[in-house]
Amino acid sequence: MNNLFNYIERKSPIHELTGATKLVCLFLWSFAAMTTYDTRLLVVLAVLGIALFPVGRIRLKDVSFMLWFTLVFLVLNTVLVYVFSPHHGTEIYGTCTYLFGLSGHFAPTAEQFFFQLNYILKYFATIPFVLLFVCTTNPSEFAASLNKIGVSYSVSYSVALALRYIPDIQKQYHEISQASQARGVELSKKASLISRLKSASAILVPLILSSMSRIEIISNAMELRCFGKNKKRTWYMAQKFKVLDYVSMIVCALLLVASLVLTHINGSRFFNPFK
Amino acid sequence: MNDVIVEFKDLGFQYRAQAKPTLYNNNLTVKKGEKILIAGPSGCGKSTMASLINGLIPFSYKGEITGSLLIKGKESRDMSMFDISHIVGTVLQDSDAQFVGMTVAEDLAFALENDCVEQGQMKNKVQEVAKILNLDQVLRHAPSELSGGQKQRVSVGGVMASDVSLFLFDEPLANLDPKTGKSAIELIDELQKRTGAAVIIIEHRLEDVLHRPVDRIVLMNGGRIVSDTTPDELLASAKLAECGVREPLYLTALKYAGVEIRPEMHPASLHDLVLSRQDEEKIRSFFIKNQKGKRALPEGNLLSVKNLSFTYEKTEKQTLKDISVDIGKGEMVAIVGTNGAGKSTFSKVVCGMEKESAGEISFAGKDFSDYSIKERAEHVGYVMQNPNQMISKVMIFDEVAFGLRLRGVPEDEVKERVEKALEICGLYKMRNWPISALSYGQKKRVTICSILVLEPEMMILDEPTAGQDYRNYTRIMEFLKELNDRGITIVMITHDMHLMLEYADRSIVFNDGRIIADKTCAEVLTDTEIVDRASLKETSLYHLAGKCGIEDAAGFVQSFIDYERENVRK
Amino acid sequence: MKKILSVKTIVAIGIGAALFFVLGRFVAIPSPVPNTNISIQYGLLAFIAAVFGPIAGALAGLIGHFFIDFSYGWGVWWSWVIASAVFGCIMGFVTLKLKIDEGEFDVKGIILFNIGQIVAHLLAWVVVAPVLDILMYQEPANKVFLQGITGAIINIITTAIVGTLVCLAYSKAIPKKGSLSEEN
Ligand SMILES: Nc1ncnc2c1ncn2[C@@H]1O[C@H](COP(=O)(O)OP(=O)(O)OP(=O)(O)O)[C@@H](O)[C@H]1O
Ligand SMILES: Nc1ncnc2c1ncn2[C@@H]1O[C@H](COP(=O)(O)OP(=O)(O)OP(=O)(O)O)[C@@H](O)[C@H]1O
Ligand SMILES: [Mg+2]
Ligand SMILES: [Mg+2]
Repeated sequence: MNNLFNYIERKSPIHELTGATKLVCLFLWSFAAMTTYDTRLLVVLAVLGIALFPVGRIRLKDVSFMLWFTLVFLVLNTVLVYVFSPHHGTEIYGTCTYLFGLSGHFAPTAEQFFFQLNYILKYFATIPFVLLFVCTTNPSEFAASLNKIGVSYSVSYSVALALRYIPDIQKQYHEISQASQARGVELSKKASLISRLKSASAILVPLILSSMSRIEIISNAMELRCFGKNKKRTWYMAQKFKVLDYVSMIVCALLLVASLVLTHINGSRFFNPFK
Repeated sequence: MNDVIVEFKDLGFQYRAQAKPTLYNNNLTVKKGEKILIAGPSGCGKSTMASLINGLIPFSYKGEITGSLLIKGKESRDMSMFDISHIVGTVLQDSDAQFVGMTVAEDLAFALENDCVEQGQMKNKVQEVAKILNLDQVLRHAPSELSGGQKQRVSVGGVMASDVSLFLFDEPLANLDPKTGKSAIELIDELQKRTGAAVIIIEHRLEDVLHRPVDRIVLMNGGRIVSDTTPDELLASAKLAECGVREPLYLTALKYAGVEIRPEMHPASLHDLVLSRQDEEKIRSFFIKNQKGKRALPEGNLLSVKNLSFTYEKTEKQTLKDISVDIGKGEMVAIVGTNGAGKSTFSKVVCGMEKESAGEISFAGKDFSDYSIKERAEHVGYVMQNPNQMISKVMIFDEVAFGLRLRGVPEDEVKERVEKALEICGLYKMRNWPISALSYGQKKRVTICSILVLEPEMMILDEPTAGQDYRNYTRIMEFLKELNDRGITIVMITHDMHLMLEYADRSIVFNDGRIIADKTCAEVLTDTEIVDRASLKETSLYHLAGKCGIEDAAGFVQSFIDYERENVRK
Repeated sequence: MKKILSVKTIVAIGIGAALFFVLGRFVAIPSPVPNTNISIQYGLLAFIAAVFGPIAGALAGLIGHFFIDFSYGWGVWWSWVIASAVFGCIMGFVTLKLKIDEGEFDVKGIILFNIGQIVAHLLAWVVVAPVLDILMYQEPANKVFLQGITGAIINIITTAIVGTLVCLAYSKAIPKKGSLSEEN
């Protein structure tokens, strides 16, 4: 199970923070990175995020696979933005500085490059932190943390159930697809879109129908053990806040404040070196 | 000691979707400290009865209740599900579904969490329960990292953590290997002694439950309680056979030998069974009369597997290690072994559902490795262990017809073949029902049926008789035998030692990913080292032979089977 | 506050999210436009919403989509996560009248279901997702609207096929009151 979200069990200060703290920090951090386009703050966030990796004792090797995925996604998106809006930067920064003496619709401008640099930086400001969160947070504790930061326990438990049953459903999907191939359903990769959808439904229908009976059995099993009896419930995996927890949350809150203040000072979400 | 926990008064029940009631006017009392076994053919309403006791009816399943059901003197309709849950602890048949926590510890704590028990106290309680059930080594494991027997323990632990006065087990032994099944029964027994609670066990494997004494057996048939008496009384009567429930094998043997069974003989336990001189003499003469020669082994390999190894993705341990085995055309073989030994995995690799990491598989001389799942399936039909994985249609008829239709068989022939197969599997009367309205055993039969109808050259059946009553067991196995006589090769994976002895020519024993024995079934069961390593168990016929001073126990079992074949199954 | 969510709904949210995740993460078929997959998980979500209502639809979409983004590790693309939740929610409201779990899903039901899903998809992908993209990430408008429209069209087609099929199958699997009797 723990493999799915790449949780890596090690001893480190970050591992020892409670899940609730990390979740709050994740929200504050992503919000800070989301609101601002200020290059300076983005650089700070990116550097800080990467610097936390050794603290959490996570090596590049541990996340290389996810990193690759992200990079491909990033390159694609950057290209797309350029193709669709080569003048987005010009519009934002209000000036137009053609580079290399070229001009025309697709001609490169300094503003566009700067915008896209920020765009890329924005990824680097959030991704390392999210990766770190993924690697250092025990999924079992995740649900308890949600409840702790104010999400109702029913919804928190839905999250726990989803985490619990993802591997099971994955395995079942695999098995059903094998069983239907054994009965003669064709799942070839070369088939047309419509026939691929059709064979996908041949697996999907049994998968969903059996999930419906699973829902019934699980809710019976839960009710038989008094789930939903009280307005509150306790959590086996819950942890108490320590000093470091408060410190981390304050630091992240400050980052968000910095982001908001900068937006106010700049007069917009962008830091404009062209004025 | 006399407080009544559950009392039925003329209790009946009709599911919303059913045209007729499932239970009729039943009366039953369960007192504190009692241990009761509920038996009866598949579909007779045992699980429905359990749902009434634990409150799933009416809180989760809709339908009409008649009569009254008192739990600790209170009408259950006026109680809430939570009130009932504090009195009745249920261990469902599906121990996978009952496991709602992400790890063992969390699942053990689940009921405590819901009762708002404070964390420190909860941790102590979990430790305590884990120690009793021998789970303290695996507290941090996820369900996928546990064996079938361990999961069973976790589900027991989950209800043990809150102190209930009645434990309800629905088919606790299904899918457990013989030795694990035996320890499950011992566990239940200890549990009852420790807590003094009442226990109700629903089970088809009567003989295995009777490994430890029970106070009463409640026998059901067609929605009615037909008998409610001590095991000794019931076993001395002919009621079990009338209802199509298998009685302990040693009693069948006694009957075949002409011994009359009376309650005073203590027929409930082979250990306490009292046999007179004459009785023993009768058994010995039965043995001599019925000794027969062995069947010759067929020649020519159909499936040939060489040095096969396999490891599941993302796991470190090899699941199959260097397996070599040949299966001849027209053979009927059994694969047996511990839970988690790799039996199901082996079948999946043979059918192409998983790709071997090393080794060769050839079928009828052709190399199988380039064949897709679909192509292999035209030669080898595989009935999976869990019926839910195989079912892909909504209605029973369509499900069985699915494979034929995909193969382009004309519709009138489809109808004819499907109806014949449904008849064999005892499902013909329900052919137009949706599969969702079936009991577990009935679903399993649908999947067997849907492969039977295709008549492949070789069939692999994973636990074909788990959860089946004796009547359906016989019907399915006899049909497989008939197919086998027509030259179809049959491989059965089973935990039922008598099934293996009765139907298989040979048995292949798996242990921890290796084949540790490949010989005749009788030889396997007389080799104590193999029996022990693979968690097998001799059937009670061996012990009966011992009790009567017959040295050739294997020969005795064989003559029992031959006798049955010639005089009973026709 | 009590009993807004029954235990069954809570479980349905969890299992629905898990299914959504598995389908979206492992079964996605790449489409011609980058970053948009042909995702059959919306057929499932529409079904969950139709059977268990708007809250279940919204939360199953939210949690499931969150996990998908999360497991890729590229950060959570909130605008699209929220759009998934919006789709589930609207779908749940539109289909409140349907009684699929009592075995009723006739031609009228199919029409209602499909009109509902078209409206819900359009709102989610052509309105909510791009607007949030622009507000939160300052992405160029024409890029996000193109992505949104392609996404909407593909999702509408897959939901029409997959969602309708699943609803039909499920309603057939539920026997009508008093309809089961043994026949010879
Ligand atoms: N939810 C349901 N809706 C309609 N009919 C049902 C439902 N559950 C069970 N039945 C019917 O009630 C009858 C009794 O089912 P039940 O599950 O109690 O059998 P059982 O004795 O436990 O059988 P098994 O040994 O195979 O588990 C069956 O014929 C089944 O078709
Ligand atoms: N999909 C899977 N991924 C990883 N490990 C698996 C998978 N399926 C089974 N295993 C592991 O492989 C081992 C062999 O499992 P298998 O199901 O073949 O056992 P079995 O002999 O059929 O047992 P049983 O009698 O309980 O059915 C077990 O330890 C099991 O945990
Ligand atoms: Mg049952
Ligand atoms: Mg198995």
